Amino acid sequence: MPFIRSRRAFLIGLPLGLAAVATGAMAFMMRPPSDLDLSLAKASVAGLYVAAMAPVQEPVTVGPMHAWVVTLQDAQGLPVDGAAIHVDGGMPQHGHGLPTAPAVTEALGEGQYLVEGMRFNMGGWWEIDLAIEGTPGSDAVTFNLVL
Amino acid sequence: MRRLSFLVAASLLLSGATVAGYGLVQGPDWTEEELALVRSLSLEALPPLPPDPSNRVADDQAATELGRALFFDTRLSANSEVACASCHLPERQFQDDLPLGQGVGTTGRRTMPIAGMAYAPFLFWDGRKDSLWAQALGPLESPVEHGGDRAQYAHLVTEYYADEYEAVFGPLPDLGGLPSHASPVANPEAAAAWDALPEPLRAAVNSVFANMGKAIAAYERTILPPETRFDAWVASEDFPEAGLLSKDEIAGLRLFLGEGECVNCHNGPLLTDNHFHNTGVPSVPGLPEDTGRLDGARLVIEDEFNCLGSYSDAAPEDCAELRFMAEPGHDALRAFKTPSLRGAATRPPYMHAGQIGTLDEVLAHYATAPEALDGHSELRPLDLSQEEREQLSAFLKSLEPKASDRDHIAEALSPSESP
Ligand code: HEC
Ligand code: HEC
Ligand SMILES: [Cu+2]
Repeated sequence: MPFIRSRRAFLIGLPLGLAAVATGAMAFMMRPPSDLDLSLAKASVAGLYVAAMAPVQEPVTVGPMHAWVVTLQDAQGLPVDGAAIHVDGGMPQHGHGLPTAPAVTEALGEGQYLVEGMRFNMGGWWEIDLAIEGTPGSDAVTFNLVL
Repeated sequence: MRRLSFLVAASLLLSGATVAGYGLVQGPDWTEEELALVRSLSLEALPPLPPDPSNRVADDQAATELGRALFFDTRLSANSEVACASCHLPERQFQDDLPLGQGVGTTGRRTMPIAGMAYAPFLFWDGRKDSLWAQALGPLESPVEHGGDRAQYAHLVTEYYADEYEAVFGPLPDLGGLPSHASPVANPEAAAAWDALPEPLRAAVNSVFANMGKAIAAYERTILPPETRFDAWVASEDFPEAGLLSKDEIAGLRLFLGEGECVNCHNGPLLTDNHFHNTGVPSVPGLPEDTGRLDGARLVIEDEFNCLGSYSDAAPEDCAELRFMAEPGHDALRAFKTPSLRGAATRPPYMHAGQIGTLDEVLAHYATAPEALDGHSELRPLDLSQEEREQLSAFLKSLEPKASDRDHIAEALSPSESP
């Protein structure tokens, strides 16, 4: 699967030039790149899905564990049920992954899935990677979040 | 990774990127975002004590009193000389100022302070326990701490605490036929005696033992971090101007949040992210190899007293920390729990085995960020001037109770008469 699991591998694989551009604003503060796509709904990498993520409770804060709802549609905009979703992620600027192992615990129907066990233990830029296996095929999507 | 970040930072400097533009580092004015971050470190941001569904007596008054008595009772040991309070001294922030704890023998790690640990999802430097009550059972049977065993403790409870115990947990089981010493984890004789016990008797002993832990946990839940000068400053009218905190202490706070990046790991009102990090603290020659969270993560899953075990009062769905625990990877090797920094300035030595003697040396460690000998340190070197180190150190010293409150705190925490 082309989906990249390891944050470290991802960062090392990233051309330095790109990294320098992406980190233009952070200096010692490790500020997230200013042009980060923060939208929580987007097409997956190969365009097989449109995926969205929304926290069950707002605001999302550093510290407590919280749940999210992932919504999947196919390219035609129809809900995708019965997909397997693997959740991963981490902090690209710190080189570490998620502190917990969040997982889909319930299929809610209408293309919606409950993800529990998510925690962010630091402020800053987080990536959430979803690896999706469903009838449309295998694909991946990455969301950015700044806390 | 480290080298990469370093290169990025270096190339930014060379290309003339501006560092000063970001208020946290230098500017005198605080942004709303920064003020919110400062407030998030104050005790005012501490939420109510989270419930512990695995311990049905967690907030029971009679259990708290029983737990307090057990915490200070030296009879609960191999030599009648060691209580929890022998290492966790109430007047010393519930720790002992030593690099390694001294019980019946010497521990392999430093005694941890206890205040506010009811908020921690995982206990011990390696997080090998997932509740205060399960944690308490560890030292009781550790050959270098209390050095006793669960059969011995069940007898002691029956002899000295029968009424108090039964008022909280109901009738004590019939311990007829139980030898004076038996335990699956203590010395070989006790282990052999344990193997010979019928299963129902083992379960009865385990439940008395677990209940002792639950009473001790109820007491520990009442041990909360006292208000510090920093908290009083945040709550004061001066905030965020100097007042209860001096200009230097505030400059230290800015470094803590900014250039020092301390707040990445030391965050929230207890100044810990409750997670495990390798920060390149060297191991101690002569002590057994310590893999930190790598083993801790395995041990908490295997623990018969964890949230999912049969002595827990929780439903499986209440055990979110275990259900969603991250599989320990390479990051876990020599990763240790981020300690709270409340009160840290006045309780050297530092780190999981007291490796670092003074606060200045701690800051020197963070400045140089030595490579980890095992695993990978998450730290990056910091360019801190002598003045900046002093400011950081000054800020850490503001995380202490106001002098006028100290006696009062020690008094409130002292043991009641033991029965
Ligand atoms: C011999 C000294 C000693 C005794 C006695 C002792 N402890 Fe500890 N305590 C320690 C040490 C050392 C650690 C850290 C050990 C580790 O991480 O492996 C610790 C850790 C803890 C922690 C974890 C705190 C955290 O932040 O994770 C708690 C809670 C605690 N002890 C409570 C107790 C209780 C309750 C008792 C009595 C039943 C007790 N201790 C007896 C030395 C002692
Ligand atoms: C990557 C996470 C991380 C960062 C960043 C970090 N710390 Fe720590 N800190 C830890 C961990 C983990 C320990 C315990 C390490 C050990 O014992 O091996 C610790 C220990 C300490 C201690 C000793 C406390 C005790 O009870 O032993 C002090 C003081 C401290 N840190 C201050 C700071 C300061 C000041 C900064 C910023 C310059 C900082 N930390 C940045 C994770 C971090
Ligand atoms: Cu991070």
